[in-house]
Amino acid sequence: MNAGIKVSHIVHGYGKKTALNDVSFEVESGAFCALLGPNGAGKSTLFALLTRLFIPQSGDVDIAGIQLKNNPRQALAKLGVVFQQPTFDMDLTVRRNLKYFAALHGISGRDANKRIDAALERLGMAERAGEKAKALNGGHRRRMEIARSLLHEPSVLLLDEPTVGLDAATRKSITDHVHDLVQDTGLTVLWATHLVDEIRSEDRLVVLHRGEIVADGIAGKIAGDQTLGDRFLALTSSSEAAA
Amino acid sequence: MSGALICLLAVIQREALRFVSHRSRFLAALVRPLVWLIVFAAGLRAALGLSIMPPYQTYITYEVYIVPGLCGMVQLFSGMQSSLSLVYDREMGSMRLMLTSPMPRWWLLFSKLVASTLISIIQVYAFLAIAGLVVGIDFPWEGYLLAFPALLISGLMLGALGLLLSSTIKELENFAGVMNFVIFPMFFMSTALYPLWKMAEASVLLRDICAFNPFSHAVELIRFALYGQLNFEALGWVNLAFLVFLAGSLWGYDPARGMIRKKA
Repeated sequence: MNAGIKVSHIVHGYGKKTALNDVSFEVESGAFCALLGPNGAGKSTLFALLTRLFIPQSGDVDIAGIQLKNNPRQALAKLGVVFQQPTFDMDLTVRRNLKYFAALHGISGRDANKRIDAALERLGMAERAGEKAKALNGGHRRRMEIARSLLHEPSVLLLDEPTVGLDAATRKSITDHVHDLVQDTGLTVLWATHLVDEIRSEDRLVVLHRGEIVADGIAGKIAGDQTLGDRFLALTSSSEAAA
Repeated sequence: MSGALICLLAVIQREALRFVSHRSRFLAALVRPLVWLIVFAAGLRAALGLSIMPPYQTYITYEVYIVPGLCGMVQLFSGMQSSLSLVYDREMGSMRLMLTSPMPRWWLLFSKLVASTLISIIQVYAFLAIAGLVVGIDFPWEGYLLAFPALLISGLMLGALGLLLSSTIKELENFAGVMNFVIFPMFFMSTALYPLWKMAEASVLLRDICAFNPFSHAVELIRFALYGQLNFEALGWVNLAFLVFLAGSLWGYDPARGMIRKKA
């Protein structure tokens, strides 16, 4: 299997508390994988490790076949990230925000403008490039953040609960948008969420609970004859009883 | 243009645009030293006599003495504010965004430092302009030019200190804490307000603390530069402090260690 993301035996904790305990999974290239877990399951820690905000105490992460530990810069160049917290400068225009990000990846001038124009065009928001980021609504801002994370043409996209604070219709449109991206461009996506309705039955699914993986497979198969919501509750409460 | 340079220029541009859009911050940065200069110094002028000492070649008034210290104060506040805003204002997200760049992390942090230092230098020159035009305290023209490299080094040093604090000290949860425990002690226990010999009259220990304080050296570096002179001793100490603080903040932002992981 050609791995887009490979996480092997990650252990990480804060002080005495273990946040992730021997977590391993792979997402094949060009797949949409949902990382489902209740609050406090360790999703944010895992994302911080995947984006090299810090380094796991043990275990390895490979991004598009490149080991993050040994070749961090090459691996990060292949990675696009949409954070849970908004990272747009509200007082700057949309185009400025996008240009700033492109420059962080060493892209400037005509090349940057071309990519930004293409990204805005794809979203049908070309005419809003000159507006300040705070003039956009939450849904548009999220789409812009997704577009921005793709400016350097990464092969792997990580999204950390990207629909937090959005209404149901916007959530659906953003979920659809990212599914389309996977289909059209062959992007590998890891989508962290605690909301089961964002996951399609054919999606890859990894369920994280209390720092351990409790299910890994195709969402529809994991759910079996239950709804995914019921199955998720059962998975996360049964291990609670065991714990 | 290389990727690293593109990145540096973009970080500077972003900081400049943010500075322009936050006019109230600029105003506060100007009002603070001016209040000291006009109110505080005027009150103390009668009480404090200053003898002739380098770089001054004649008797000076107290206002003239504290201007370099106030330049340092502008940079001290600016350095702390911009570094700490990374962590405490809603800036955490943009710092994380910056750290996902494939550029080396030390370069990203250094770019951030250069950017905030340049902003602080603009503020210092605005203050010097008002001090010269309105209050009537001016310096030789070459002093204004030579102050630039001095301000660059002192700004980098103070910014690196802020960065170090933002990465390592968890208890300083807000700016008020930093004011009380970092800015005020650094400012008052320095040569910004009184020369060392004046401090020694009060307490030898206080004088020794002042002489050790890197902020004193930053102030002296600026003071001498404003009169067209280079204070080698101050330059050495400020550079040393910069390297120590920078090394500390690189350690603090090292992905394998550091405080940032506890806040994720």
